[in-house]
Amino acid sequence: MTIIDLANPSRFLAFTARVLPWLVAATVCAFAVGLYLAALAPDDYQQGATVKIMFIHVPNAWLAMFCWTVMTVAALGTLVWRHPLADVAAKAAAPLGAAFTFLCLLTGSLWGRPMWGTYWVWDGRLTSVLVLFLMYLGVLALWRTVEDPSRAARAVAILTLVGAINLPIIKFSVDWWATLHQPASVLRLGGPTIHRSILVPLLVMGLAFMLLFLTLHLAAMRNEILRRRVRTLRLMQAQAGA
Amino acid sequence: MILDLGPYAGFIVVAYAAALAVVAALIAWIVADHRAQQRTLKDLEARGIGRRSAAKEVA
Repeated sequence: MTIIDLANPSRFLAFTARVLPWLVAATVCAFAVGLYLAALAPDDYQQGATVKIMFIHVPNAWLAMFCWTVMTVAALGTLVWRHPLADVAAKAAAPLGAAFTFLCLLTGSLWGRPMWGTYWVWDGRLTSVLVLFLMYLGVLALWRTVEDPSRAARAVAILTLVGAINLPIIKFSVDWWATLHQPASVLRLGGPTIHRSILVPLLVMGLAFMLLFLTLHLAAMRNEILRRRVRTLRLMQAQAGA
Repeated sequence: MILDLGPYAGFIVVAYAAALAVVAALIAWIVADHRAQQRTLKDLEARGIGRRSAAKEVA
């Protein structure tokens, strides 16, 4: 089966049925290893045990941006290539992105209170991530507002492409503005600045959350395809009755 | 093994509990949605409303 074959919704459903059990197993294993390594990780010399919050905060921050990136590629697929699964992928990613961004903000606040002395500051990084969360909510609202999925997809695609401007703002906010949030310490040109004893659990937890996203995204795409079949059948039923 | 989470244990436990709750809610929502869509599809097909492409696949 090639990538082009997956453009067919029926073939995509068959593909997800085969792949999902393996993805679920890989996700569970990755979380088991990641949480074990996170429990064994030493306290940070400055943060103490609160460094353990980073093992969920940082992967959720990565996924918050990654989900919008997936939606941006899907938006191009909808507007430029009119790929049949592009808007299905975009719609399925939106609630996942909102959830991961919410967790990023929440766990960041829970780390900030003991370390910074406050749950929240209106600095560049925190504010731009809050804007990302609000954009996710906007996208979810737009999907629900327009009944016809293909019309909603075009409107959401435009909003998504405009919102993608926020991604580099989030990434470079810690370089452009004075901020309480520390600069990049993993994804940076000079390599990670974190000690191996903390970096390894962080990367394994990052992998686990990425696998979780892939699993949930495929499952949510499968649901969306089924929902559209239901809609088509109901339209056929209504036309037959008219 | 008992973890010593120090003076900020409450913040750490709440962070992990919130992550678990949100991930569990996402999984529950997706599983429930899948069952609901499948149930509706079966119900419609039982009433003789099916896709033409599905009929071709069977043929």
